[in-house]
Amino acid sequence: MATQNVRRTEVQTSTRKILGVGGRKPTDASLLTPYLFMAPYLVLFGVFILVPGFYGIWISLHNWDYLLPGKPWVGLQNYVDLFTPGSVTFEPFWQSMDATGKFTLYSVPLLVVVPLLVALVLNQEFRGRNFFRTVYFAPYVLGVAVIGILWRYLLDANVGLVNYYLGQLGLPDNIPWTNELPWAWVALVGPTVWWTLGFNTVIYLAGLQDIDPALYDAAKVDGANRWRRFLHVTLPGLRPILLFVITVTILLSANVFGQPYIITNGDPGDETRSAIMYIAEEGLKNFNMGSAAAMSYVLALFLAVISVANFALFRYRGD
Amino acid sequence: MEDTVSVEPKASRRDPAQLVRLILSYGVLILLTAVFVAPLLWMLSTSFKTQVEATQLPPTWIPEHFTTGAYSKIFSTGKSQTPVLRWFLNSMIAASAHTALVLVTASMAAYALARINFIGRKLLFAVIVTTLFIPQFVFLMPNYLIVDMFGWLDTLLAVIVPGAAGAFGVFFLRQFFLSMPQELEEAALVDGANRFQIFLRIILPLSKAPLATLAVLSFLTNWNDFLWPVYVLFSPESLTLPPGLSSMQEAYQTDYQIIMAGGVVASIPVLLVYIFAQKYVIRGASRSGLKG
Repeated sequence: MATQNVRRTEVQTSTRKILGVGGRKPTDASLLTPYLFMAPYLVLFGVFILVPGFYGIWISLHNWDYLLPGKPWVGLQNYVDLFTPGSVTFEPFWQSMDATGKFTLYSVPLLVVVPLLVALVLNQEFRGRNFFRTVYFAPYVLGVAVIGILWRYLLDANVGLVNYYLGQLGLPDNIPWTNELPWAWVALVGPTVWWTLGFNTVIYLAGLQDIDPALYDAAKVDGANRWRRFLHVTLPGLRPILLFVITVTILLSANVFGQPYIITNGDPGDETRSAIMYIAEEGLKNFNMGSAAAMSYVLALFLAVISVANFALFRYRGD
Repeated sequence: MEDTVSVEPKASRRDPAQLVRLILSYGVLILLTAVFVAPLLWMLSTSFKTQVEATQLPPTWIPEHFTTGAYSKIFSTGKSQTPVLRWFLNSMIAASAHTALVLVTASMAAYALARINFIGRKLLFAVIVTTLFIPQFVFLMPNYLIVDMFGWLDTLLAVIVPGAAGAFGVFFLRQFFLSMPQELEEAALVDGANRFQIFLRIILPLSKAPLATLAVLSFLTNWNDFLWPVYVLFSPESLTLPPGLSSMQEAYQTDYQIIMAGGVVASIPVLLVYIFAQKYVIRGASRSGLKG
């Protein structure tokens, strides 16, 4: 043992020398090594993250019609248009922002509360909890395209299972889920909850298992019932997890694209066309890339403000 | 089950209130199981029906006229607007190549960032991590133009390469590499090994779990990716499965058995990955909020 320790110290000292920490000058090769390791990733990072990060701003300052040879500089006009009632982009953009806002407003509370309840049930001691966790998480590994076509079928007004079983229960069996309001919102939010519930549940479960069991025992000794223990031990213990879940769920909801694209196609009118759906259409289908780029920065700014507010709110309530 | 928090003393197990709660819990859990499983079984069942049976009410959960007609239709090798087999291969190639690219580039970069002292390391890492907070849609327009400039539009390269620039893999692996003891490479350096040998023979073999997690996550993300391929791939034969499925809706309208067969084809590989690599998927999910 003792010899080993001695040897390790010797090794450490000599390594420091080789690494250049201890005074010996590193060779050229070792100086280059880290950059060679970084190089392949940095090429990707530079070309597809760093450059486009700035290139996007540049595009947004032009009337950038991909199909036309000239791409005249327009300064901030694309941004000004977004805030000028009556401009070409004003109405559809804010309509799509409104749709995204509604989707977020309807889906986030469900995706924060329901998975928490499921996680609390799963966190008890009983046989088969891993089985249930596995099943609930399963839809999340499927892509939005799969869940989209599946739910569009299930929600088909004439031949869908949802209307059929509603009818069996004596409820209306002809609800136009995918193309009338308010049903279209249910057709977007319901499948989204079904799809992503397992993801938030898994995160909550990890958080619940990090709470010190001694806290529960202490609360019990103090005579706290289940509800009080939940309120005074579980919730405070989950605070960082809650902040994470709420923030991530808001961001993911605000990014919604596939569900309205496949399930409602933005119907009725453009009532359920999300911001990303409009931006992608405007930029990559109609090739008005300048204004689409401007819209993406405005949306990003919105999300940044919401995230910061979210963090501030949680910190405030903690103090 | 040491990891549960509401550990009740053994004796209280027979407490009637406890028993009622347990039965109620099971009731809720089994109901939820049905809610999660039934739609998937319905997709599978429909894919083996005729068009008439797929759109008839009351619904039949077990096909009365069992047929593999939908699959023959989508797998037919003739010229088709919906070559599902081709999409399947495209998705397989794209997701595998993307995963390989992520593993190689992210692990090398993460190794340098975690374990070699060099000028600019902190700055580089700060810049890379900052981009984790930029929403993906900001890169849509510029990356479309960049991919176009490379001549990659409507080719698989467009769905393989740009996504590998994301910082998540580097961030994730760096965390793990930082936790490995420093002595590992010090001894090897003394023995005359160079950094690349250390990386290949010592670091990577000890990182199988995080590498597997990253591989599974990258594969699933790429396999399921929808928005980007919808716009950068357009010829029927160059699509991956997600944009392909979406185009099937237009092509087949109410031929639900065919659309569901497409859904089954797109689901099987990811469900298999999930079943056989579940711990990596769930472990990854609970750490990957940033990835979405």
